[in-house]
Amino acid sequence: MSEKLTAEQVRHVAKLARLACTDEEIAEFTEQLAAILQYVGQLEQVDTADVEPLAHCLPVHNVFRRDEVRPSLTNDQALANAPQRDGEFFAVPKVLDDASA
Amino acid sequence: MNVQTIVGLEIHVQLATRTKLFCGCKLGFGDPPNSNVCPVCLGLPGTLPVMNRTAYEYAVRTALALHCQIARFTKWDRKGYYYPDLPKNYQISQYDLPLSFDGHLEIPLEDGSAKTIRILRAHLEEDAGKNLHEGLDHSRVDLNRTGTPLLEIVTQPDLSDPAECRILAEQLQRLVQYLGVSEANMQEGHMRFEPNINLHITDDDGAEYRTPICEVKNLNSFRALERSVAYEQWRQKQQWQRDHAYTQENHGKQNRGWNDDRGETVFQRAKEEAHDYRYFPEPDLVPIEMDDAWLAEIQASVCELPLARQRRFIEHYGLSAYDAGVLTAARSTAEFFDEAVAARGPAKRVANLITQQGLKIANERGCAVGQIGISAARIGQLAQLIEDGTINASAAAAVFDTMLTDQRDPETIAREHRLIQQSDAAALAVVLAEVLAAHPQAVADVKAGGKKTKKARGFLLGQVMQKTGGQANPQIVNTLLDESLQ
Repeated sequence: MSEKLTAEQVRHVAKLARLACTDEEIAEFTEQLAAILQYVGQLEQVDTADVEPLAHCLPVHNVFRRDEVRPSLTNDQALANAPQRDGEFFAVPKVLDDASA
Repeated sequence: MNVQTIVGLEIHVQLATRTKLFCGCKLGFGDPPNSNVCPVCLGLPGTLPVMNRTAYEYAVRTALALHCQIARFTKWDRKGYYYPDLPKNYQISQYDLPLSFDGHLEIPLEDGSAKTIRILRAHLEEDAGKNLHEGLDHSRVDLNRTGTPLLEIVTQPDLSDPAECRILAEQLQRLVQYLGVSEANMQEGHMRFEPNINLHITDDDGAEYRTPICEVKNLNSFRALERSVAYEQWRQKQQWQRDHAYTQENHGKQNRGWNDDRGETVFQRAKEEAHDYRYFPEPDLVPIEMDDAWLAEIQASVCELPLARQRRFIEHYGLSAYDAGVLTAARSTAEFFDEAVAARGPAKRVANLITQQGLKIANERGCAVGQIGISAARIGQLAQLIEDGTINASAAAAVFDTMLTDQRDPETIAREHRLIQQSDAAALAVVLAEVLAAHPQAVADVKAGGKKTKKARGFLLGQVMQKTGGQANPQIVNTLLDESLQ
């Protein structure tokens, strides 16, 4: 972490997470995030030249389930925590279709 | 000026598992909204995804059929973006270690040649839900589709015109249906295409240009795929001709949507605005290791592939390319044909019976040819009867129709309906002699040669057919006619 985190980068990450932040918050988070990155950045001092990259921290692989149908929730259960609903649907603020993956 | 079209294709194929990729919710089409959902696919806190083994095996089976290398070690990654149809705010996908890579698919071109399209990679990921925006002041979200297993197949940019794109998509549809890994039902959105298109242009003074790569999103029919690529070919060339600075270097990649009604693509966003997905390893799922035994087991589930089967039908049975194509369009039809031939049915006769009658009825009823009520073995027997001259082609058609509801063997049915062909040359010679004696004028016309010969011959043959109740073997009568009238 030789380069310092910029407010611009924090603004970008906030935008990706759909978070509206004030300039004061951006300044505050920039400092906090920079401190976190610096802390984690200490790991870069460890020589990992001969260490295999780790894909997962558990020494476990191939955990599967069978392709068998299990009961789903009812429609009312599924929507119980929805801030807003429209009949059987979740209702959300109108979105423009600009982000389908 | 030389213009080359360069297209790479991303294809999403919905796998035909019973349940979702990471939970036991049913995969259903047309079910009530938000009825096939659970805490896992709703992305509720504190839940853990568990991998569907069948989905993984289907993916590997397909990758093997695409001649891909199968990774011995793969893992899952989170692809982050915020959208209401994605309740976790990330999609579980595979980023740097896909389950398969470096394959190829051979496609038959319209001129009869074949072309090999390289496959960059094929990996598994989960589908998002559905947003409905129409006519409301808010959007409605249905999460039934969330977590549906998708196999994403990415080709190298080896396609060079709209027809090749369509053919590749059609071949892939037939392939996954053969393999039994997807219904590949276009109406239900089981296949979605995203072509990446640009032009390599060399103008007359040798300068080279590359137009911006345009990705057309979310096409769900072969026709839309072909038309959108053709449109992009035209549009990019137009734009470059107006402005030679319309290049990849200056503009970068862009996403476009397809408007099917207007038949054109519409600009959506440039690369600068494109998503920063912030991939990272999925901590909730452990990696997958593929050993030799498991790989061999999946390899054994790969059937004979459609193009190989089509070639075998042409080379081994002497079928026309057209008939072989019709017979291999669906695996069930191809297997029915193989079974009928194995029951000692002569291949070409069997092919005719299936393509001219069997498939017609199957299409009318919306079923497989094996389900119309006649077994493959019976088709083989019927073909045998035509081949050895026991019945003629038109009698066979009538027998075929009877067999739809009559389980007895075709020869019994033909006999009962008096459709057996009279092939006894001696008996036919007696009938012929009577006919010749009764019609001296026609005999004279044939012998005289010239214009009337053909008609007179036809008349005499017709008389024999009439006297035998339509059962005389016309080939034998013809031979006898030749002998008598020389």
